[in-house]
Amino acid sequence: MSSAQKRISKEFQECTTSPPPGMTITLPSETDLHKWSIQLTGPPNTPYANGVFNLTLSLPTEYPFKAPAVNFATRIWHPNVTNDATGNICLSVLKPENWKPASRVKGVLEAVRQLLVEPNPDDPLEARIADEFRTDRAEFDKNARSYVAQYAKAGK
Amino acid sequence: MDSDDDFISNMSSEDDVMQDDTDNDDLSAADEEFDVFDDEPDDNPAVTSMKSDKKKGVSFDVSFRVYRPIDVQNQQDEMIDEVNMILEMKKEDAAIMLRHFRWNKERLIEDYMDNPTKVLEAAGLGPSSSRPPELEVIPGFMCDICCEDEDGLLSFAMKCGHRYCADCYRRYLTQKIREEGEAARIQCPTDGCQRIMDSRSLDILLTSDLNERYRELLNRTFVEDKDILKWCPAPDCENAVECGIKKKDLDKVVPTVDCACGHRFCFGCSLNDHQPAPCELVKKWLKKCADDSETANWISANTKECPKCNSTIEKNGGCNHMTCRKCKHEFCWMCMGLWSEHGTAWYNCNRFEEKSGSEARDAQAKSRVSLERYLHYYNRYANHEQSARLDKDMYQKTEKKMVQLQTASGMSWIEVQYLNMASQALQTCRQTLKWTYAFAFYLARNNLTEIFEDNQKDLEMAVEALSEMFEKPITELADAKLKVDMMDKTAYCKKRRVILLDDTADNLANGRWTFSIDLKGLTAGAGSTGPRR
Ligand SMILES: [Zn+2]
Ligand SMILES: [Zn+2]
Ligand SMILES: [Zn+2]
Ligand SMILES: [Zn+2]
Ligand SMILES: [Zn+2]
Ligand SMILES: [Zn+2]
Repeated sequence: MSSAQKRISKEFQECTTSPPPGMTITLPSETDLHKWSIQLTGPPNTPYANGVFNLTLSLPTEYPFKAPAVNFATRIWHPNVTNDATGNICLSVLKPENWKPASRVKGVLEAVRQLLVEPNPDDPLEARIADEFRTDRAEFDKNARSYVAQYAKAGK
Repeated sequence: MDSDDDFISNMSSEDDVMQDDTDNDDLSAADEEFDVFDDEPDDNPAVTSMKSDKKKGVSFDVSFRVYRPIDVQNQQDEMIDEVNMILEMKKEDAAIMLRHFRWNKERLIEDYMDNPTKVLEAAGLGPSSSRPPELEVIPGFMCDICCEDEDGLLSFAMKCGHRYCADCYRRYLTQKIREEGEAARIQCPTDGCQRIMDSRSLDILLTSDLNERYRELLNRTFVEDKDILKWCPAPDCENAVECGIKKKDLDKVVPTVDCACGHRFCFGCSLNDHQPAPCELVKKWLKKCADDSETANWISANTKECPKCNSTIEKNGGCNHMTCRKCKHEFCWMCMGLWSEHGTAWYNCNRFEEKSGSEARDAQAKSRVSLERYLHYYNRYANHEQSARLDKDMYQKTEKKMVQLQTASGMSWIEVQYLNMASQALQTCRQTLKWTYAFAFYLARNNLTEIFEDNQKDLEMAVEALSEMFEKPITELADAKLKVDMMDKTAYCKKRRVILLDDTADNLANGRWTFSIDLKGLTAGAGSTGPRR
């Protein structure tokens, strides 16, 4: 396990010194390197702009041979995030067949952010929202914005 | 000969495996183990008549070949060698290419000749340094997976040049092989690098037990990738069977194959032997039976009342000829009719008499008739299944006594084998009979159905007669006269079965049957011969 510690602390250091755009990364507990907290500001020019989203990232004991898990702690209106309290994300890099031990957390976080810029309605977790995204973009944007206003306001 | 699975295995291999035109010496040697009766004298009537059946080459049999794990391995190695020679590429690369092309060698060679760079790239064999991979200590090296950089750290790089420490490579492979069951498509651990792990690298990195598991998994993909190969579905069997019957032909032929382990199964759907019923019919029938499961409870009852005196009668053998202990009334367990009539030309226990349409005018009456019709066939189907079990129980009891008798009378093991043969024949024939009823349920009447029903009746009578012999007390079983009778009856049962299957298979192949259902399964796809994505 000590080898994983070395790798994880190195990655954590990298992520805090040069984080992906719009992200702040902290450890909720100083003694547990396997649980990270991420605060993500909604990318500009998206319905999520200015929203502040909290995410959790947990690294399994087998990390980096098994993929980390990322969840939205803040509710979000998005085809690839479950519209519930668990906030599961469908991200292809996290699937066992795509995860490589040399893959990095930073890459994962960048992919999460990219998902807000470019939702992927063809591989949805919420079919209803994916449908809306495809067929009625205005309605989708409105719903996404109202979710931001309700759940992801800065300072909340 | 102490488990029942063993004697079933003898039956099937004795019966049919020898027809299989295998030319593999190793396999023939394996078959011999099962061929217990080969050295029996030829004047034995049962054996002789069976052998003559065999020579005919009956039409319901398909040709097939059994592969043991080592044969599966050798087949892969042969193909790898060929590609290695023809395309002049390293064996480990040839193996990766073949797996990528799902072992379609011709297509691989064709595509490769066409555009080698594109094919190599797609198979995960992009540009490589020519140096063979090895474990190395490189000064100043830091592993990007574990972030270790200590002096003397053993590292390894695949041909793509992506280098990590040996421990990380090993942990990665263990994760893939043990946890994820992956083998043919393990990629380089680098994000975005699709280079496939080759066998040379694996040999360097893997511990022997992990390597064994890896080979096993590779064998699995080999068999699963080839449409002409299937795993034997028997729980502990590692053999594969090759058979050329295509999915689209399954409405014309019922491809029963015999694994060397003794398991008889359908190559089309991997279920237990279901001749003469085609796969799609079997699928529909099993679904129907599951949907109407309450009717199944009816047959599972082991007791019925004597139709004459109403005393309770328990069925404890497979035979349908019941004699009431109390009033000595003899009747048929299936139709509850008089047994004495079953031996005559009037016997029609197997046929469902369609009532004339006049009384089935309204929908309710129609649905009652259709339920009655279903129950008629279902009960006979289920009864043979149950009887096969009971016959087996009966045999096992008898077998124990035979062992005692053997010691008491000095009869040799080989001399009591006729009981074993009879029991096996009963099992196989009841299996066939069982499926004739599902077959008949969906069969539309035409000028051929009567022949089929006669064949069914003849086989059924022969089977019931043989089954009845088993219920004789042990002292009678040892009698020389009964022994000869039993061997004759065994041979006769087998003959009737061959006649029935021959007839049904011939008509099926020539499209002479009409069924009330469509036998073209929707599942029959184009097959998966293209390269993996
Ligand atoms: Zn390492
Ligand atoms: Zn690589
Ligand atoms: Zn087998
Ligand atoms: Zn089948
Ligand atoms: Zn009675
Ligand atoms: Zn009857």
